[in-house]
Amino acid sequence: MNTSHYPSQHIFQTPETHTLSVIVDNEPGVLARVVGLFSGRGYNIESLTVSETEHEAHLSRITIVTTGTPMVIEQIKNQLARLVPVHRVVDLTVTGRVLARELALIKVKGKGEARVEALRLADAFRARVVDANTESFVFELTGKSDKIDEFVGLMGPLGLVEYSRTGVAAISRGPDAM
Amino acid sequence: MSRQMTGAEMVIAALQDQGVEVLFGYPGGSVLPIYDAIFKQEKIRHVLVRHEQGAVHAAEGYARSTGKVGAVLVTSGPGATNAVTGLTDALMDSIPLVCITGQVPTHLIGQDAFQECDTVGITRPCTKHNWLVKRIEDLPRILHEAFLVAKSGRPGPVVIDIPKDVQFATGTYVGPKNIQHKTYRPKIKGDMDAIRKAVEMIGKAHRPIFYTGGGVINSGPAASQLLRELVKATGYPITSTLMGLGAYPAKDDQFLGMLGMHGTLEANMAMHESDLIICVGARFDDRITGRLDAFAPHAKKIHIDIDPSSINKIIKVDCAIVGDVAHVLEDMLRVWKQTQPEIDKKALKAWWGKIEAWKARKCLAYKGSDEIIKPQYAIQRLYEMTKKHDTYITTEVGQHQMWAAQFFKFDEPNRWMTSGGLGTMGYGIPAAVGVQMAHPKSLVIDIAGEASVLMTMQEMSTAVQYRLPIKIFILNNHYMGMVRQWQELLHGGRYSESYSEALPDFVKLAEAFGGVGIRCDKPSELDAAIQQMIDCPKPVIFDCIVDPAENCFPMIPSGKAHNEMLFGDAVEDIGSVIDEKGKMLV
Ligand SMILES: Cc1ncc(C[n+]2csc(CCOP(=O)(O)OP(=O)(O)O)c2C)c(N)n1
Ligand SMILES: [Mg+2]
Repeated sequence: MNTSHYPSQHIFQTPETHTLSVIVDNEPGVLARVVGLFSGRGYNIESLTVSETEHEAHLSRITIVTTGTPMVIEQIKNQLARLVPVHRVVDLTVTGRVLARELALIKVKGKGEARVEALRLADAFRARVVDANTESFVFELTGKSDKIDEFVGLMGPLGLVEYSRTGVAAISRGPDAM
Repeated sequence: MSRQMTGAEMVIAALQDQGVEVLFGYPGGSVLPIYDAIFKQEKIRHVLVRHEQGAVHAAEGYARSTGKVGAVLVTSGPGATNAVTGLTDALMDSIPLVCITGQVPTHLIGQDAFQECDTVGITRPCTKHNWLVKRIEDLPRILHEAFLVAKSGRPGPVVIDIPKDVQFATGTYVGPKNIQHKTYRPKIKGDMDAIRKAVEMIGKAHRPIFYTGGGVINSGPAASQLLRELVKATGYPITSTLMGLGAYPAKDDQFLGMLGMHGTLEANMAMHESDLIICVGARFDDRITGRLDAFAPHAKKIHIDIDPSSINKIIKVDCAIVGDVAHVLEDMLRVWKQTQPEIDKKALKAWWGKIEAWKARKCLAYKGSDEIIKPQYAIQRLYEMTKKHDTYITTEVGQHQMWAAQFFKFDEPNRWMTSGGLGTMGYGIPAAVGVQMAHPKSLVIDIAGEASVLMTMQEMSTAVQYRLPIKIFILNNHYMGMVRQWQELLHGGRYSESYSEALPDFVKLAEAFGGVGIRCDKPSELDAAIQQMIDCPKPVIFDCIVDPAENCFPMIPSGKAHNEMLFGDAVEDIGSVIDEKGKMLV
């Protein structure tokens, strides 16, 4: 129940997950602005990746996966666009032509049958072995986030030690830039 | 023209080139080079405040009453942190400010140096944008960009944090010509299709209302003029938010007064029953909408705003126009004249009939008294006695602010300076200092509460120093009245910490500062006392002793809709009007 003298929430919409591509000036503090916007206004961040993409133009591309009701998603896009160093905000989910990939490094420790099974599954998932010794492997796996979830899940009982994920990088299909 | 100079000199050169005439500030170790540059010039007047919060509010008052960008200069660490309330206030109310903060030398940043703080980190969420300048080469560009960002699009405060070594460094200064931000391009012109659609909707409405806000004031005097033309052309009723007062003349018959929590019955009922709301430069703030699921249930909504993020934030609208109010209204008026929509006169007449019935309820009525000054009466007298003057009003926050909004009639924009979004007690005195700096010959009055006024009272000293004859008109009810009111209505009359205990003698206080003190507690003596205040060439503190028990009505109580207002003459029933659930809502 509403326990303040402010109005209670009145529009009930189902949350959706959207992947946003944000082109920003690569200047100090720009990531803090974006992250601060999300925390300050109570938006969700499910994944966030950032890297300089155009060195000459000093531009970076931030990919954000977020969840919210359609009204909140619209707010997020408008609020991002309002930040002074933001050039463009594109909702790749709305374009319906989003290609999204993640990379993960997964460390698995084991002997005997479990070790063989882990290798077999890695092969099936097209994970590469990037470090190996008699006791453990580190696999490198690229793919959609749920594929990585699945692989990590399978490694659980086979001796999963730890793993690291990059978060989602995304781009639109077809010949055109966003 | 490019010249070699130090960073500190660049700051002053850029302020001059940007047309800054007054700089509100307070010195300290990390801005000494800039203060040295101030010492060596005569174009910019520096106003030494008594607290950095005061500097920012003064700059707000200056900006709001002139339409120019306000300028502030403070030192690092405590100077910057003291400015934070003012910056947040300016952000909430979209006031253009450039605030320059000193910073410890670049090689000491991050080392917890003396008076170091993460100014850009602290002010990131309370500015429109901010910069830490690490290289002298970037300084001139950033200085000019800062003014551009502060004043264009939806205006707001910006901070430029300048380390002391950058102030000492020498570089090439470039003027503001051709300075363009790399990315920042706010949309000024509205989309013509949307404008045509809006005009069509306006023409077809049966129960329309204009709902206007601070965006009209920010857009400049032309916007107010165009708004008047459009409202006249349609013959429709108009209401305004707290921030928008003065954009449309309060005297005019089509004006229904302020809307919202303490708005008039006619304004709120007209919103509630309307079939079309034309929102111009307002943002459906929660003090306006009340209960959201019951907000204007039958109305279609048109929303004109320069900030796309204000649209569909709280209320879904049917026609959104992103652009500057003046530009959009100009296009709207042109389309209106071209298409000459046929208004349903009969429907409009019936609509005005309803509105007149609400007006007849006289929602602002209060019980007068011969013995004790009613606060509403004090404002009414203040208005009557100052309306012939060239008057500017600032306020503090509380009941007195709402009574000022209800009873003081503003007919022009830029005459009303109040803290709306943040509701900052202590805004009024420094804001009055800023307004009086901009309008030395005008009558500048801070309508104040005895509690608020003590938050920034030290700026009285500033007023005395610069011979600014501001008038601090205190509605002294011996309570944090607005808090007391909520406690009376919603917390069983348990007045927890809301009594103004141990108040100073305001008359003596005024005298101690070198100003003039006036006290009045009798209705029969009020006019003469106000006249004495108006005639006084010095800063005045007017201690107007008013009824301590008066409440501010009408009021939309917690959890209620626009058509569920409380009135002053129904005070006895309040307990029963607000149910248990409503009491929970505070
Ligand atoms: C800085 C700050 N602190 C607290 C509040 C909460 N508050 C709102 S109104 C009010 C009481 C103001 O009292 P006074 O200035 O005497 O005005 P009155 O309501 O009596 O007219 C308070 C404490 C606020 N708005 N600002
Ligand atoms: Mg009071």
